[in-house]
Amino acid sequence: MNAIPTLELGDVTRRFGEQTVLDSISLAIPPGSFTSLLGASGCGKSTTLRIMAGLDRPTAGAVRLEGQEVSALTAHERNIAMVFQSYALYPHLTVAQNIALPLTMKSLSAFGRLPLLGTLIPGTAAARKEIQTKVSAAAEMLGLSHLLDRKPGTLSGGQKQRVALGRALVRDPVLFLLDEPLSNLDARLRVQMRAELVALHRRTGKPFVYVTHDQAEAMAMSDQVIVMIKGSIAQAGTPRELYERPTSLAVAEFVGTHAINLITPQQGAGEILSSAARAILGVRPEHVVPAPHGSFIAKLRSVEYLGSEIVLTLCTEQGVELKSIAPGTFEPPLQGDSVRLSFDPTCTHLFHPETGARIGAPECRS
Amino acid sequence: MSFLTRSQRETLTDVWLTGPATLALLIFIFLPIMIVTILSFSDYQFGARDLSWVGWENYITLFTSAIGQRAIVNTLIYVAIVIPFSVVFALLVAIGLHRMLDWAPALSRILRTVYFLPVAATLVAMAVAWQMLLHPNLGLVNKVLSTLGSAPQNWLSDRGLVLYTLAAIGIWQSVGYNMVLFLAGLSAIPEDIYEAAEVDGAGGAWARFWTVTWPMLGPTTLFVLVVTATNAFRVFETVATLTRGGPAFASETLVYALYREGFVYFKAGYASAITVIFFAILLTLTLAQMRLVERRVHYR
Ligand SMILES: Nc1ncnc2c1ncn2[C@@H]1O[C@H](COP(=O)(O)OP(=O)(O)OP(=O)(O)O)[C@@H](O)[C@H]1O
Ligand SMILES: [Mg+2]
Repeated sequence: MNAIPTLELGDVTRRFGEQTVLDSISLAIPPGSFTSLLGASGCGKSTTLRIMAGLDRPTAGAVRLEGQEVSALTAHERNIAMVFQSYALYPHLTVAQNIALPLTMKSLSAFGRLPLLGTLIPGTAAARKEIQTKVSAAAEMLGLSHLLDRKPGTLSGGQKQRVALGRALVRDPVLFLLDEPLSNLDARLRVQMRAELVALHRRTGKPFVYVTHDQAEAMAMSDQVIVMIKGSIAQAGTPRELYERPTSLAVAEFVGTHAINLITPQQGAGEILSSAARAILGVRPEHVVPAPHGSFIAKLRSVEYLGSEIVLTLCTEQGVELKSIAPGTFEPPLQGDSVRLSFDPTCTHLFHPETGARIGAPECRS
Repeated sequence: MSFLTRSQRETLTDVWLTGPATLALLIFIFLPIMIVTILSFSDYQFGARDLSWVGWENYITLFTSAIGQRAIVNTLIYVAIVIPFSVVFALLVAIGLHRMLDWAPALSRILRTVYFLPVAATLVAMAVAWQMLLHPNLGLVNKVLSTLGSAPQNWLSDRGLVLYTLAAIGIWQSVGYNMVLFLAGLSAIPEDIYEAAEVDGAGGAWARFWTVTWPMLGPTTLFVLVVTATNAFRVFETVATLTRGGPAFASETLVYALYREGFVYFKAGYASAITVIFFAILLTLTLAQMRLVERRVHYR
């Protein structure tokens, strides 16, 4: 069962003068999916999104919407909704007018849009009524009903974000593009809006493309995560695939709440795991645990108590710094004491020392 | 200096800081206005040893005499022509130059300087240039017109034409300044609002203008209107150098009438009445401008 992707980029390259910002990007957004574009600042996420939206044109390559080449179509003709990082609300319009704008542009003529004269054009009243119904429905869904007459200047960041979402929602687009929509919100609101976005995605059933530089956000929300590094796609897959089988060192470093432990052959990777004698060994801190019969020893440097878990910073005999995560009930020894550690060999990753590419290693199934 | 309390010393400092400016304001602005207001109710002549009070007569003359009415009506016509044309031209030029910044930044900057030249140049010197351009026989304007097959005009001595010629020069002179204001307003509009408009279906030039540019320029436009109106009401240099209010008072304006009555005929009483009316108009405009400047900071 291979449905036509809602949106597809085929070998898209984008150059600004000499600088190549996107280097031959290919990706597919399946119908109804929630896809995250994950990457560090400046890696070309926004540029990719703008090319999808039609706000920017690729230097080379194809953009296909439901199988059709759309490179020549404008943003509006593609019927794609976009939520901007800065909200991009119209400051002179009320919340209701902001949300209604895509509809008024579509269903009212230039004269029908005029404040007083517009009422004289036949059909305008009916169209306005319909717009109002849709706006109320969207506002209801987003909890904005009591703010409809306010101007954006008087709203909080979270409320503005919701208005921007409302403007995207009313149009019934084929695809939603969201450019770091939560980055301007405080941590608490961010978690709340995250859940709301996922719920919204379920309710609309339309594919979402979500740009973020926060790996936790991407992992928590998405069906598909596309990791971008310096203008190229490093890996695309489900959050689980990314976590369990990162195809490169860079992806392994990017994904995961705690930074992965990396040990080079010179630092004694081979002594810890014999198969890693000529590779960079990667083990996530959550897979290194203190155990009485552990396979290797390290000195305890510092302890970070987080309640549910304890982060131990250790130093191996070769002087390599390691992190380990112990359960919250673990009683850590004194600093400077030796700790025996064990790890599951199936939860390790091996990478080529020069290229950083993944070398066949047992798959982690924890 | 312990015989002064702290608050007394602070008061003294405040007086020191604000005193000179307040004093200057009183002496150079309020005092003359008071004197002018008082004189406007008299028949005082410069140099005369005495004067008599004439009540509202000077004002009545201004509003009922043919020449007085002429000055008022001409000024209003002049303002009514200059404001819309200057504002619309400036807006068009500003939008053009702003877009040109994307594909020809150097040319855009050169043109901006060119448009701003009339603002920076002395108007009296520019008037000489205009006089040559508009000369009935030798002027470039008539030469071009006759090669195009139109009849040459007496731009500055035709009674039906002279006011419009002056208005055209007034527009030429104020477009540059207004354009700079509009350019500042345009560059303050965030690019992503245009992009949002494009996604929302307002991406065409016409829809873009009415959905984003015009409303976002609202505060700038109000400001430009007031500034243009203030300057248009003050029209003087071109009248004084090119027409002297003539022919037959066809280009008489308020400030020129004020100058002639006061400094040519030495009718200080009458000139004072004109000054008071003129001052009232400017004060209204300035108050309007101050309220707008306060409001332009944010949309509410
Ligand atoms: N219009 C432009 N002209 C020139 N360079 C540009 C332009 N737009 C983007 N770039 C460059 O392209 C690169 C990628 O930009 P982009 O905005 O896509 O990054 P991003 O991944 O969205 O970063 P962030 O997380 O900071 O938003 C940057 O180095 C930027 O300088
Ligand atoms: Mg970005």
